[in-house]
Amino acid sequence: MNFETIIGIEVHAEIKSNAKIYSPAPHAYGEAPNTMTHVIDWGYPGVLPTLNKQVVEQALRAALALNCEITHEMSFDRKNYFYPDNPKGYQITQDRTPIGRNGYIEIEVNGVKKRIGVTRVHIEEDAGKSTHYDGYSLVDLNRQGAPLIEIVSEPEIHTAEEAAAYIEQLRAILLYTDVSDVKMEEGSMRCDANVSIRPIGQEAFGTKSELKNLNSISNIQKGIEFEITRQTKSLLAGEVLRQETRRFDEAARQTVVMRVKEGASDYRYYPEADLSTLYIDHEWISRAKASLPELPQQRRLRYENAMELTAYDAQVLTLSKETSDFFDATVAAGANPKQAANWMMGEVQAYLNKNQLVLAQTPLTPQTLAEMINLIEDGTISSKMAKKVFMHLIEKGGSADAAVDKLGLKQISDTGLITDIVTAVLDANPQSIEDFKNGKDRAIGFLVGQIMKQTKGQANPQVVNQILMAEISKR
Amino acid sequence: MLDRSIRELHQAIKNQEVTPSQLVNESYEKISQHDKVLNSFVTLNEERAHAQAKSLDEQPAKHVLHGIPVGIKDNIITKDLRTTCGSKMLADFNPVYNATVIEKLVAAGAVPVGKLNMDEFAMGSSNETSYFGVVRNPWNTDYVPGGSSGGSAAAVAAGLVPVALGSDTGGSVRQPAALTGIVGMKPTYGRISRYGLVAFASSFDQIGIFSRTIEDNALVLEAIAGLDPMDNTSSPLPVEDYTAKIKKPVSGMRVGVPAEYMSDIVTPEVRAAVEQAIEIYRSLGVTVEEVHMPHLKYVVPAYYIIAPSEASSNLSRFDGMRFGHRSSEATDIESIFRKSRAEGFGDEVKRRILIGTYCLSAGHFDSYYMKALKLRTVVKEDFDAIFKEFDAIIGPTTTAPAFKIGENKEKTIDMYMNDILTIPANLVGLPAMSIPAGFSSDGLPIGLQLTGKHFDEATLYQLGHAFEQVTDYHTKRPTL
Repeated sequence: MNFETIIGIEVHAEIKSNAKIYSPAPHAYGEAPNTMTHVIDWGYPGVLPTLNKQVVEQALRAALALNCEITHEMSFDRKNYFYPDNPKGYQITQDRTPIGRNGYIEIEVNGVKKRIGVTRVHIEEDAGKSTHYDGYSLVDLNRQGAPLIEIVSEPEIHTAEEAAAYIEQLRAILLYTDVSDVKMEEGSMRCDANVSIRPIGQEAFGTKSELKNLNSISNIQKGIEFEITRQTKSLLAGEVLRQETRRFDEAARQTVVMRVKEGASDYRYYPEADLSTLYIDHEWISRAKASLPELPQQRRLRYENAMELTAYDAQVLTLSKETSDFFDATVAAGANPKQAANWMMGEVQAYLNKNQLVLAQTPLTPQTLAEMINLIEDGTISSKMAKKVFMHLIEKGGSADAAVDKLGLKQISDTGLITDIVTAVLDANPQSIEDFKNGKDRAIGFLVGQIMKQTKGQANPQVVNQILMAEISKR
Repeated sequence: MLDRSIRELHQAIKNQEVTPSQLVNESYEKISQHDKVLNSFVTLNEERAHAQAKSLDEQPAKHVLHGIPVGIKDNIITKDLRTTCGSKMLADFNPVYNATVIEKLVAAGAVPVGKLNMDEFAMGSSNETSYFGVVRNPWNTDYVPGGSSGGSAAAVAAGLVPVALGSDTGGSVRQPAALTGIVGMKPTYGRISRYGLVAFASSFDQIGIFSRTIEDNALVLEAIAGLDPMDNTSSPLPVEDYTAKIKKPVSGMRVGVPAEYMSDIVTPEVRAAVEQAIEIYRSLGVTVEEVHMPHLKYVVPAYYIIAPSEASSNLSRFDGMRFGHRSSEATDIESIFRKSRAEGFGDEVKRRILIGTYCLSAGHFDSYYMKALKLRTVVKEDFDAIFKEFDAIIGPTTTAPAFKIGENKEKTIDMYMNDILTIPANLVGLPAMSIPAGFSSDGLPIGLQLTGKHFDEATLYQLGHAFEQVTDYHTKRPTL
């Protein structure tokens, strides 16, 4: 029997903002427990939520970047449940009126472009953090009320690669729009995947498992792959799947059961009366739209069309906004786009990976990279020399010219100077001239070697060849 | 001294006939004389109040509330001053911040003398659900003062304080004001910040004011109303100069009396008092006509679905974790929640949490909560239709005068039905006020309710003041 996989993905990303979503407390991490809190965050009797407009603005920008329809009359809802790190006994979220609906993300897998629907985008608050010890637990409310955006996909993802591509694109969009810093390993972006399989041709969805704790794109892919295999084996063995919440165990490279769902939890969603209806008018939407930067998809098209890069290069360059911005600036500083792309994806990336750095941590600038590329183009340095120059630029900084000077790598292309050296070398090696004239081509190699030795390797090889041949023919 | 109006007290302070300290002392003297019987105060703020008054003695009386003692309902958060909500759950709760209204009152120079008894978490109409015991009606101590702001009403009616704050979710300011013969104003939803009012039903709750005269009431509203960045539902509309408008003539105004309010749901004595009030208004040149509230019969069910639903969520924070009562029997997270709540809440609160949780649960939400919300819209349309032609609505505040303590204790549904005349204003967020309008044959006060358009408190004060000028009900005092 053949199965098809259905995957839906829910992403929670922390919204970058000056303060929490419903209180004036700062939104900051790594501080002493419970110091980044306001009485509102404690769920103290008598307090009311405020609404941070900057958070709404950020969510609006994200929803627009995800091609969503915007809800003009927006309200909030309460999701009720008891837990010590949920101090009010309810979470303020958006159930009935998510800020965005019916959007999509365009992905590309193995050269095939596909749109994945975004069902809804809404804003809500994060809960506090519980830490459990032997016989007691501690609650830190610094994270309570941190602004979150939740993005729910349509169940239109069919492979682990598509899931990874979806998350990669979503991540890039949130990064480009500066809505979130989307650091999966630090938890500022969290992904859950609902995975089920069904026999091809069947309409009803199969029993799903909800994968949690997917803290990297690679784990998303591995977790989903494992899950597809597990479910397939299980069904083929005639077993009945249970609806489960599972987590991906990185060390064991498999998913393990966290809990089995027994009936749906009843969160008793109902309208939050403490926040009045918020109207998002066309003017606000236009302003938010105007504030959006060029998005990854638009950038890819520009790279492919205007710069004539390959689809693959365009895709790789745009995954990180930092890389892509740097690339654009390098081209703007006068570098050849193809060369700039090669350097960015080659030497630059290799260096950053090797040293665990990001571009901003190095002294390399788009200007110096462009200068260096142009020095290659105009023959001032050879490609081989350029590697040394590049290492200097990315480690020590300064202009490309200065690096060339400092390293003493300037190519000698001065024909007068080279002619003098060639003449001197020829005068000193009459036997080689004789050998060459007798058909021994090897002799040229020896002569060139002598010339390069005298110029410490800095003579332009092409110029040397030209002059050498001309001078020999005169003798 | 405290028998005088706020303006008179203000003048006396300015003329140095009396000091804020003397007023505060007088308030505490009266409390010590009468409150053993009345039980209107739960916690006194003596030390701080004396200190505050002493410092006010030295300062010029810039604000009309400078040095005026005020009482505060015990569901309004006061920093470092126990705030119990009339519940065992918060019997030892000392808050870390002040409600916006407290900040405003203190900034104006008013002196909070103590916290006033109330039905537990404002759930009740008789002050009999308080963990701190029933409050007695100063007019006859065998009778309830009404609720839930029973302590606020009794304290003002007995002259322990000139004014007090209460809260009104379904009539909790107007009903006790009516039952104790004083003025009780519930302003428009959004007029006074709710920040620091312990929530019962967020979409209905509104802080209100008890006073003996209209002008005193308006002076307090001017001081505490207005936009508050800490309350997203507070209105940005400017606060009017109510006291300036009060004295304008009412002749030419148009007032509607809903026939349903005057039906046999009210006792003949109450109806007679309202009819007399209608005649008084006519004599003042006001046009009074019969109008209709066709959906009045739905207001109690709608209210008793929405309010408990909201309460069930609002009261979730009382889980024994961070503040309030924690059961000493609890052994794990689950039992901290269960036992703390089982021990901390009284029966009426539990009943409403259960009703609310049921109404919000999956499978019931649409048929209860959503349907109740629709009824709310329908009632709003009833009012809209009336306000197209009329400036205000008048009628009885309650169906009957005060009842005896214990008399209705087991009659839950009857008690709920008694709120039928006050609930409509809460459902729609309208301003409504009860003013003294007569006495029953056993000498118990009867209230007249005036309901206005959104944010039109001024018209209510104007109508109330005009009534006050030609009647003497507000000058009557209970014999203590």
